[in-house]
Parts: sequence; C-alpha cells; structure tokens
Amino acid sequence: MNPVVAAEPQHNADQHNTKQQNPVPTAASAAGGPSEAGGQAAPVLCLCGAAVRVGGRTLWSGVDLEVQAGEFVAVLGPNGVGKSTLVKVLLGIMPAAEGEIRVLGRRPGEAGSRVGYLPQRRSFDPDLRIRGVDVVRMGLDGDRWGVPLPWSRNRREQQRRVDEVIELVGASGYAHRPIGQCSGGEQQRLLIAQALVRRPEVLLLDEPLDSLDLPNQSAVAALIGRICHQENVAVVMVAHDVNPILHHLDRVVYIAEGGAVCGPPSEVINSETLTRLYRTPVEVLSTQDGRLVVVGQPEAPAVHADRHDDGHGHGHGHGDRRGQSDRRGHGDRRAG
Amino acid sequence: MESPVFSWNPLYDFQLMWSYPFMVNAFRAGAIVAVVAGAVGWFMVLRRQTFAGHTLSVVAFPGAALATLAGFSLSLGYFGFCVAAALVLALMRRGREPGGSEESAATGVVQAFLLACGYLFMALYKGLLEGPQALLFGSFLGITTGQVATLAVAGLAVLLALAVLGRPLLFASVDPQVAAARGVPVRGLSVAFLVLLGVATAEAAQITGALLVFALMVLPAATAQVLTARPGLSLLLTVVLGFGVTWAGLVAAFYWPYPLGFFVTSFAFGLFLLAHGARFAACALERRRDASGTAALAGGAA
Ligand SMILES: Nc1ncnc2c1ncn2[C@@H]1O[C@H](COP(=O)(O)OP(=O)(O)OP(=O)(O)O)[C@@H](O)[C@H]1O
Ligand SMILES: [Mg+2]
Repeated sequence: MNPVVAAEPQHNADQHNTKQQNPVPTAASAAGGPSEAGGQAAPVLCLCGAAVRVGGRTLWSGVDLEVQAGEFVAVLGPNGVGKSTLVKVLLGIMPAAEGEIRVLGRRPGEAGSRVGYLPQRRSFDPDLRIRGVDVVRMGLDGDRWGVPLPWSRNRREQQRRVDEVIELVGASGYAHRPIGQCSGGEQQRLLIAQALVRRPEVLLLDEPLDSLDLPNQSAVAALIGRICHQENVAVVMVAHDVNPILHHLDRVVYIAEGGAVCGPPSEVINSETLTRLYRTPVEVLSTQDGRLVVVGQPEAPAVHADRHDDGHGHGHGHGDRRGQSDRRGHGDRRAG
Repeated sequence: MESPVFSWNPLYDFQLMWSYPFMVNAFRAGAIVAVVAGAVGWFMVLRRQTFAGHTLSVVAFPGAALATLAGFSLSLGYFGFCVAAALVLALMRRGREPGGSEESAATGVVQAFLLACGYLFMALYKGLLEGPQALLFGSFLGITTGQVATLAVAGLAVLLALAVLGRPLLFASVDPQVAAARGVPVRGLSVAFLVLLGVATAEAAQITGALLVFALMVLPAATAQVLTARPGLSLLLTVVLGFGVTWAGLVAAFYWPYPLGFFVTSFAFGLFLLAHGARFAACALERRRDASGTAALAGGAA
C-alpha cells in the first residue's frame, strides 16, 4: 500500500478498548458450531473464536472466519501482525491458543495433500542443482516413502500433470533450468505450480504476488481467481497490496493487533472500519480506476518507528521488505 | 612387497591383483564404501551438511584409536563413535528451524575436542606400528574378510534406509517448509539422515582414513551435481563416479608406491575440475547458440 502518511497518528486507545467490539460484518458467521452438523454447504475452513500466542504474546484473538469452497479470501494487515501465523495455524504447523479450527472438516494438519501451501518468500540457493520441474514434482509425490518405479503408467500420468500445471502458470520456458538460477519471479511461479499440482481443495498462499512485476501480479492473480471460481477451490491469500486481487476477491480479513475484521472488501476496506480496527485515524481513498489507497494505516514507515518505541517489539526477519520501507522512510523523513 | 609393474593389459593386471587375497578384499570393501558414501554424500551436499559430515569423519579417528587402545574391535570403534556423534549433533540441532542446514560453532567445538581425544589415545597406545597415519589417511592393506562382511551389512542397511526415506528426504532438504506442511517429518528425517551419515562416514573412514573421507563423500556428489540437475541421474552418476575413482585409486596404489588416499582424492578432484570445465564450455556454447538463434529470429522477423 501507499506508504504516504497524511494523518498524524493519535493513540487515543480508550475510544475502543475492547477488541471484541470490533464489527464483524460476516454473513456466514451466524452458524454456531463447526461443520460436524453436515449440511450441504459445510465450510471448507472454519475458525471460531481463534486466538494465537507466540512467545507468550497474543498476536490476535477472537477471530471468526468461515470460508466456503470457491471463495477467494484475502488476508491483509501490517507487517508482523500475524498473517503468516494465521496460515500456519490453518496448516497445523502452529497450534492455536484458543478456539475451534477446522480445515475440510478435520483438525488442521490432517487434510494432507488436499491443502496446497505457498510459504512466504522462499528463495533457493543460487547453486542448488535441482530443476524447477523437480521442485514442482515434489509437490506431487515428494511425501511418499520408497522408490518410484520408473516404468509405471502412473508415473507417466504424473509427468503429464506436472507439465500441465507448469504450462498453466506459464513457467515452461525455464522449468528445466536449475531452480537456483531462475529469477525470484520465475521461482515464485514454479512454487505456485507446486502448490497447485495436486489439485488441492484449499489453497493457502502467503504473499504469492511478492517479487512479481505488476503485469505478472495481475496475471497470477487472475490465474488464482480462475482456479478458485472455476474449480471451486477455497483460496486464502495473504497479500500486501489488495489492488491486484481486488476484482477477484469475495472476502477480506483485515488483521490488526489483537483482533480482526472480515467481510466483503467494500465493507472492510473503508475509512470507518479500519479506523475502528486500528484505533487510529485511517483513511481509504479510492482512485478513479477503482484502486484503493489506505492512508494512515500503522504500516507506514513513519509510524513504524513509533510502533517499535511502543515496545510492541515487532522484530521479525523479513529483512528485504524492512529494508525497502526503511529506505522509503528515510526519503519521507528527509522530505518532511 | 616388491612393486609389480603395470602392464597396460587390463586383463592381465586384474588377474595379477586378484591373485592377492588382500587386494580382492580391498576391491570389495572399496566398492561397498564408494557406493554407500556416494549415495549418502549426494544428500549431504544437497543439504549443505558438509561440515557435519566432516565432524563425523573426524570422530572416526578417536573411535578407531580408542578401539586399538582398549582392544575392542575396530569396526565397533568406528561405527559406535560415528553414530554416537551423529546423535549428539542431532541433539544439538534440536529446536532449530526445520532444514537444519546451518552449522553451529558447537559442532566445531565437539570436533576439535574429539580430535584431541584421538591424539591422546594414540599417544597412550605406543605399540601401534603405523601410528595415527593409517587411521587418518587410510590404508587398503590388511582388510579382513570379516571386515568386508561388516561393511557389506552396514552398507546394505544404509542403502535400504535411503531407498525408503529418499523422496521425503529430498523434499525436506530442498523445501523444508512445504514438506513440513505436507506432513513430512522434517525433524525426524534430519536425525535419521545424520545417523546414516554417521554410518557412511564410519565405513568410508576405514578405507580412506578419517581425514580423506571427503574424497568419497563430497567430490563425486559435487561433480555429479555440476554435470546434471536431474536428481535421479545425478545420484546414479555420483555412485558410478565414486566407484570408478575408488577402484582406479586401488589399482594405482597397487602399482605405484604412493598412498591410496592420495590417488583416490586426486582422481576425484581431477574429475571435479573436468566437470567444471565441461559445464563452462557447455554454457559458453549454449550462449553462442542462443545469440545466433536470436539473430536468426530477428533476421527472419525483418
Ligand atoms: N517462531 C516464532 N517465535 C517467536 N516469534 C515469532 C515466531 N514466528 C513469528 N513470530 C512473531 O509473530 C509475529 C507475527 O509474525 P507473522 O510472520 O505472522 O507476521 P506477518 O503478519 O506475516 O508479517 P509480514 O507481513 O511481515 O509477513 C511477529 O511479530 C513475529 O516476530
Ligand atoms: Mg508474513
């Protein structure tokens, strides 16, 4: 989002001191219990009063979210607020401190290959001598024990599936090069192919548009939107900029320190809701071509420093992005 | 032994070497060790755990020295020490991020301490004729049939384990986050791999000596990974290269009065340099072809 800070951040936290009072304009969250009741439209993902604690600190709590098959949900919020942690909780890599979480009707981590996952910003060692196709293929059968028989029919079918999905993301040109030699964006596409290769029913994508240029961002966003709506896959995508995916989105989860709001983009990404969520004046501007610009959100660099002074301690290891915002921050400060 | 003369007739040469039982045992042991060390080394290079591998190989030295001093079987000294060290390394890695490719200073500390222990054991045991040299730099003389059998059993176990664990291990090595999300036991595999690495270094150390284990563990794998990026082919190539280098080294050490470790290491190193040269040439060729290809395309478009 645009890092320009127009408004002076005011920390009058007394205004809305309880997180639970955050408006949750979710239509689906009326259903009380998890999906055991059956029903024809059992949610694919279901969080109910979920909270997560990392190192003794509660990142967010009281989060309610239900995602149906074929829904495209974006997870937004500033750095270090726990977006990736949300994805990890859904994967079952990290435990939730409270609440009920169901993925495809099971506990997190039990749905196996029915969940596709793209972690945040991975880059491979430049001299890793493994081809892109091999990495995609690992998504297909990398978790099987034993040796594959080289002549089985199954194997040819798998090869076809790998080629198909590489074609789908448009990575055929470089899939046979060692993956360490591919550019960041090329690696990202191959990794998206890896997440897609087993035709998952749920896709958990942590900043998949990262390190793609603008045309590629919209191309990949369109691809994911198409897979989501045509193949009825539930997509949860952590994003930093909502604009490339805005047209494809069904719902947005906005996480702030403490809690979260979810609902349709227009109901969440507006000045009122975000101001209430962050307890600091936030303005959402809409440009003529329909892009949204969030102004005054505590993600911006000038406020970043404040947040550190507050002792919230958001030291985390996303060095690249930090570096970028710092650089921008310097520019801002000098200009101001 | 008066040095025999190399006749350039391979059939005759091999017949001559095969007439010495110690050479037959050396060839057998060399073959087993080359295949096992190559296969495990391939994963080690891919996982960037060469420092752990080096530590384990250094541990082979105090193991063997203690076995000599205390009078128990050499094999027990090698395998016992290496596997125990592997478990210690695994314990020290616990609590880290999955992947485990980072090496810690603690590993180095353990390595230095055990090396010193080995030296102490050697000093305490004054009766050994060759001194620490054979344990450090290897020897192919006097490998008994019993030793070959032990190597074969342990090697077979390692290869079987690798066959079962191979694919998830590759996944966990290249892409630990996604592998963990897929339910691959990344931590468990990391421990299991360290144990396999311990067994493989214990095997290799008995032929090449503790310090030259890397000739068989790293060089063939690194060479193969330079030549191809296909995992299956690269693994196969590693094993073949390791085998070839070992047998060539044995032949050379039989005919010329220089140490086996020197021959094996220099052959492997020579191949490594050749492979880099070949890749460089191939890249240059491809670039030129690409350049002329685009030129032709541009010409066609015009
Ligand atoms: N293993 C861990 N141990 C301790 N703290 C952790 C751990 N993992 C994450 N955290 C902390 O949890 C917080 C949330 O991390 P998370 O990665 O979920 O942020 P994020 O919202 O994805 O941020 P970004 O936009 O930078 O990716 C951070 O403050 C981070 O320091
Ligand atoms: Mg993140």
